[in-house]
Amino acid sequence: MVELALPKNSQITTGKTWPKPEGATNLRKFQIYRWNPDDGQNPRVDTYWVDVDSCGPMVLDALIKIKNEIDPTLTFRRSCREGICGSCAMNIDGINTLACIFGMDEIKGDVKIYPLPHMPVVKDLIPDLTHFYAQHASIMPWLETKTQRPEKEWRQSIEDRKKLDGLYECVMCASCSTSCPSYWWNGDRYLGPAALLHAYRWIIDSRDEATGERLDELEDPFKLYRCHTIMNCTKTCPKGLNPAKAIANIKKMMVERQL
Amino acid sequence: MKFATDRKRVIGLGSARSGTEHFWTMTLTSVALMVLTPLFVFTFGPLLGQPYDAVIAALGHPLRALIIALMLIVGLHHFRLGIQVVVEDYTGGLTRKGLLIAFSIISYGLMAIGLFAIAKLAF
Repeated sequence: MVELALPKNSQITTGKTWPKPEGATNLRKFQIYRWNPDDGQNPRVDTYWVDVDSCGPMVLDALIKIKNEIDPTLTFRRSCREGICGSCAMNIDGINTLACIFGMDEIKGDVKIYPLPHMPVVKDLIPDLTHFYAQHASIMPWLETKTQRPEKEWRQSIEDRKKLDGLYECVMCASCSTSCPSYWWNGDRYLGPAALLHAYRWIIDSRDEATGERLDELEDPFKLYRCHTIMNCTKTCPKGLNPAKAIANIKKMMVERQL
Repeated sequence: MKFATDRKRVIGLGSARSGTEHFWTMTLTSVALMVLTPLFVFTFGPLLGQPYDAVIAALGHPLRALIIALMLIVGLHHFRLGIQVVVEDYTGGLTRKGLLIAFSIISYGLMAIGLFAIAKLAF
């Protein structure tokens, strides 16, 4: 259900301004959301100054520099630092994206960093993605077959393999789902763009033999039809994928099997 | 639900196996309204500011009466389905059910009143 205001214990206050590094000439101001579940305080926005001359070009580089040199309590997820693991998804300059592939030069003014929107926060920039992952698991993200396993591999034509392009690249960073107003308001029942893109990846796979069952499971006013083609998902996807198109294709298949 | 697993929460009551008809009907009525709306505007727009008798006579014309009737039926059906999505998006629980009933009454009520008025003018 819709929530237009933050609950009292989630309202953001002004936090600490950390001292500027000595001797630096090229400074960049970072405003970063902080919340610690253990101190009983409301979330706050801390201000940091980063010496850009001694820092890598990406936002993640700056976050790591802050953690290493200024404030070791700053908490965030990161792993591959090249846009493959999806760990460092966060809201940077108002856009859900991956900190590791988002350059600081793409941002005008102060760098404002918040966790992915409308998700429970574990700490600082770390959202709780438990429900998101459970939704992904529910769409059966594997090849489902009924025919006896062939002696060698399941074969697929080059044309059919091409249909998976633009789908298999999804790294499950949750940027798309957490940018979707429908997912904000009804995320408990609506599967969201990421899970639906993955669902379509298996529906369209020529080797999969559970297409009907997959469509049956998705045919629901909330699981699928909460998508109103808002397109925030496509606009924000840091991998340049198009979940809105995948969802539209699922809807098209739903109609096709009825007419 | 407090101790339910995450998977259990996602599954909920399972798939309703519906929604496609709603989606397809919305598409059909949208296409119909793309034709009907300009037809309605261009047929009745010129009547604005005309004398009462001339308007009554024009509305009683069979072709015009059919355009209004179709506009009422298709338009209000489209409205009911559209408002259902808005209600489901923004409300929950008993409020959701109450509003869905209220908007159904309003939509079909307006449709009935409109059709009755057209019939009265036509005959």
